Amino acid sequence: MIEIDIEKCKGCKLCIENCPKDCIDLSSQVNKKGYFYAVSKHGCINCRFCAMMCPDACIEVLRE
Amino acid sequence: MQGYLSLLKIKRLPTTWCPGCGNGLVIKALIQVMESNNLNKKNTVIVSGIGCVGRTTGYLKLDSIHTLHGRAIPVAEGIKTANPKLNVFVVSGDGDLLAIGGNHLLHASRRKTNIKVICVNNRIYGMTGGQASPATPKKTVTTTTPKGNEFEEINTQAIVTSNKNFFARSTVFHLDHLKKMIKKSLENKDFSFIEVISNCYPGYGKKLGFTSNYEMLMDFKKKFENQKNKSILKKNELGFLK
Repeated sequence: MIEIDIEKCKGCKLCIENCPKDCIDLSSQVNKKGYFYAVSKHGCINCRFCAMMCPDACIEVLRE
Repeated sequence: MQGYLSLLKIKRLPTTWCPGCGNGLVIKALIQVMESNNLNKKNTVIVSGIGCVGRTTGYLKLDSIHTLHGRAIPVAEGIKTANPKLNVFVVSGDGDLLAIGGNHLLHASRRKTNIKVICVNNRIYGMTGGQASPATPKKTVTTTTPKGNEFEEINTQAIVTSNKNFFARSTVFHLDHLKKMIKKSLENKDFSFIEVISNCYPGYGKKLGFTSNYEMLMDFKKKFENQKNKSILKKNELGFLK
């Protein structure tokens, strides 16, 4: 499982393109700064690629 | 929360850089190395010049100086001379370190001061709108060179290694490699220069035909390979020289 801090996200899509299981998506709403933020879906395998690539350090990987 | 985030000013995030900019990745690699090598605000100083990357100093919980344009290296040398116990990092861009601060780079490498220079090279003046910088490759179309750049890019490797200093090259895509290079530079007692090839989509990538920052990162993956020769780095090789 991953947890995304939506107020820090800028919607650069690096995590979405990097996810091998396609389980991150862009939301249809905007955050306080006006960016479309990333949201996680089901199917995460805790590979940490998204947390590694996030330039704003807003993804945290939670081991179950 | 991960341990390295204690070095960031969380309240200031998100950063003012464009979405997907490589500068965030460079900061992350730097603070992860700092955390694993026990560098904290008691023994580390960060100096930055002007440019997009110059804003780094504002986001870190360290003693930091945002200096004049091109003068990051002299300030860092002064700090190191006054207090040799400190670890001094310079984080700046190619326009700042190689163009306006080019003379200071020459003499810092001659004097072999023990400072670590991280040059984030996006091959363009990104903040002012994509003008050609000394690190722009030949035949590249930019705002100031509409028919393609006439001149060869600057050979930083020759400047730094002519005085037997540490020179390393990495990219923002090869994050583990970048961390390894920063760790190697910490073991070194001379002047260290780490060139990090970065992506600038709005200023540079758009004119080359890329459609996103991710495509530029994938281009780094395709283009760059590990060094084969220990005495010289070619333009498309990653590695270090000492």
